[in-house]
Amino acid sequence: MAVEPRTSWTKYDRKTKILRMLGVLVAAVVAVLAWRALHVRYTFVANAARNLRDLLGRMYPPNPSYAVEIVPPLVETMNIAILGTGLAIFLSLPIAYLGAENTTPNAITYAIGKFLIVGTRSVNVIIWALFFIIIFGTGALAGVLAVAFRSIGFVSKLLAEGIEEIDPGQVAAIRAVGGSPFDVVVYGIVPQVKPTFVSVATYRWDINVREATIIGFVGAGGIGASLDASIDFFQWSNVLTILIAMLGVVLVSEGVSAYLRGKTR
Amino acid sequence: MSRADSSGSDPLPAEESSDSWIRPTVFYNKQTKYIVYGALLLFVLWSAWELRPSPARVLSGAEAAQGLLATMFPPDFTPEARRRIWDGMIESVAMSIVATILGVAISVPIAVMAAENLAPRPVYYVGRAIVSISRSLHELVLAIVAVVTVGLGPLAGVIALVFATPGFYAKLLAEELEDIDNGQADAIRAVGGSRLQVLVYGVAPQVVPRMVGLAIYRWDINIRASTIVGIVGAGGIGVTLLNSFDRYEYDFTLAIVLSIIAVVLAGELASAIIRRRLQ
Amino acid sequence: MLTITDLRKVYPTGDEALKGVSMRVSGDEVVSVIGPSGAGKSTLISCINRLTEPTDGSIVLDDTKITSLSKRDLRRSRREMGMIFQEFNLIERLTVMENVLSGRLGYMSNWKAFRRKFDAEDISKAYEILDRVGLEDVEDKRVDELSGGQRQRVGIARAVLQRPKILLVDEPTSSLDPETSAAVMELLTEIAREEEIPVVINIHEVDLALEHTDRVVGLTDGRIVFDGPPGELDDGARDTIYRGGEPRAKAGERTTSTESVEIEPEGSF
Ligand SMILES: Nc1ncnc2c1ncn2[C@@H]1O[C@H](COP(=O)(O)OP(=O)(O)OP(=O)(O)O)[C@@H](O)[C@H]1O
Ligand SMILES: [Mg+2]
Repeated sequence: MAVEPRTSWTKYDRKTKILRMLGVLVAAVVAVLAWRALHVRYTFVANAARNLRDLLGRMYPPNPSYAVEIVPPLVETMNIAILGTGLAIFLSLPIAYLGAENTTPNAITYAIGKFLIVGTRSVNVIIWALFFIIIFGTGALAGVLAVAFRSIGFVSKLLAEGIEEIDPGQVAAIRAVGGSPFDVVVYGIVPQVKPTFVSVATYRWDINVREATIIGFVGAGGIGASLDASIDFFQWSNVLTILIAMLGVVLVSEGVSAYLRGKTR
Repeated sequence: MSRADSSGSDPLPAEESSDSWIRPTVFYNKQTKYIVYGALLLFVLWSAWELRPSPARVLSGAEAAQGLLATMFPPDFTPEARRRIWDGMIESVAMSIVATILGVAISVPIAVMAAENLAPRPVYYVGRAIVSISRSLHELVLAIVAVVTVGLGPLAGVIALVFATPGFYAKLLAEELEDIDNGQADAIRAVGGSRLQVLVYGVAPQVVPRMVGLAIYRWDINIRASTIVGIVGAGGIGVTLLNSFDRYEYDFTLAIVLSIIAVVLAGELASAIIRRRLQ
Repeated sequence: MLTITDLRKVYPTGDEALKGVSMRVSGDEVVSVIGPSGAGKSTLISCINRLTEPTDGSIVLDDTKITSLSKRDLRRSRREMGMIFQEFNLIERLTVMENVLSGRLGYMSNWKAFRRKFDAEDISKAYEILDRVGLEDVEDKRVDELSGGQRQRVGIARAVLQRPKILLVDEPTSSLDPETSAAVMELLTEIAREEEIPVVINIHEVDLALEHTDRVVGLTDGRIVFDGPPGELDDGARDTIYRGGEPRAKAGERTTSTESVEIEPEGSF
């Protein structure tokens, strides 16, 4: 029996309210500290919008004649992505084998496999590129290796998962009909891992096209070098041309990759 | 799938082919399959040829690698090196925090725009276009343009990461928004709620937990990106890293790379833990 | 008083859901709308507050012509019409209290709504209604922890808190078991009478309609084919509504279909 009408209602009780306020306060302090750590010069901030407008004004319109010139670097970008992905898969096979719990020989090999997976994945492609340039000099070779090494962790992790999911019953069935070890691989294992392979390869290739657009900044081949050069020489309409080309290439690869993955399901 | 048997160049008429079997393929027919595989192989071979990885080059590469490894070890963790790494790293992490906050702030309205069920048609297309562009351009491409716009330094890095955020955050949030229960939004419309009230009462409660989770996830990605945008001069540890390369201080380089790995992994771990606790 | 004149609705798909419906609800009448699946009942209800835009015709509530309101004025009018949904349409992740109070959103600024700053008067009224619908002491529970019957009670409370000029109710009981259905229906009509709010209810269970409402409107294929007090709904009238005039004997197996119609694919008529 409600004697007095209750006229107040709050979503949170006092304690929760204070805790939430504290949470917000801490977040705000962290944000402010982070901002101050950047030592931003406010004149830059104030001018940013105008500078961007200026820049866009100088960039527009794009340069169609330059579009023809950047076809070779675009093709090189694609080459780097494809070869890098292929090499990554090749290198990933043994690592996936080591890094999968059910296939790895012992705890030490497992640790090595995991270390390689995590280590390669945590080093950005551009850092790999810098290393490989020291070794092989500038050019697409360094780019391919950088893309490949960067991809190893991703590819071997997913491949290992695919391998772990193999249904031993199907393998046994091929053995049961008297199949040779070769038959077992071709009929019992390949059909099971092929979809994973194709989808991992196309998915990673799609990511690698994007990665391959930037390694040129440090001299590892591809369209990135053209972008860097155009900026250095203040050829702004060429810059816009390259940005549009990058956009197109990435979107097309994304479409192709999605299409291929859809097909293999 | 079974289009293989409809291929016109099959020498046997359809009725008599019951004693032959053609394996169906995802391609239209066998010929297409081999053409596609062949073209792919040729392209790869040609690409490989373009690289010209001659034995001499590999050999000299092996030498260079040896030299590199020799100078890299042991990594340079002297107090002076540690101080420089620390400064760069703080700047990177600070960039990632600021960029995540600002990036998420601009991504939320973009996500609403890019959600088919919430935005009017033309707005929806604009939203999708922003998401696509932001997704397609690599952080470093954005960074190099940002450096041209606002000069060298962490501000450029922050701008690059802010512009890269909608490609991830707005895309996933928009998908989340498209999956909401529209009845709840309708109920708020039915009591006479404004557009904003529909968003705050009818939509937000359904997606807020995911929004927080995605923001943390994006922060994790921004930490990674913030360690490398310095390569094009956009602040953070990447600047330190590039300098070490330019000065051939490879032992310092290794120390930086190891520190980056540590920070990236720590961020990944923290993000995973927080996201799990949010569930 | 609600006056609907020659209301038509053609969906973009070409479905003609309403083909000229005219009716009037006055005073504190409780009117039920019955009819086979796909007859256009839900369309009729949601055209009244224009959650679905009518194609043609007019709807007038008291002195306001709903059908010619601008977006902004429509919002003002919507807050005077309470709506109760078949699937409850509660905000699942919010508490019972927030859901009930959300009935007042139409009267609040965005900023107040954002901070959950509700009027003291609304809050005390909300407590009152929650007691009335039998949901005392669950106000701080999240709605997704409630049973179906409890949820529909929250739905009723939200609509009543609007202090509406009319209640629009779309199949309030079809997500509930028969016993709960009867209880919810009784509660709903009782509250409406206490608060003197007129009601339009879409309902599949004819028995519940006869027992609880003052007037029955039969809708078939987008047209009104029956309108009268429950007592007049004899077998002949039922045949007109549900079988387009065919007598019961001929209709054969379809007689049992009123409960399970939901599963039939739409537009199969
Ligand atoms: N959003 C929509 N788009 C296209 N056609 C629709 C839509 N909603 C309803 N219809 C069509 O309008 C007609 C009437 O539908 P309505 O939902 O109003 O019927 P109903 O009487 O409420 O049926 P039920 O008893 O099954 O709820 C049907 O033919 C249906 O297919
Ligand atoms: Mg209906």
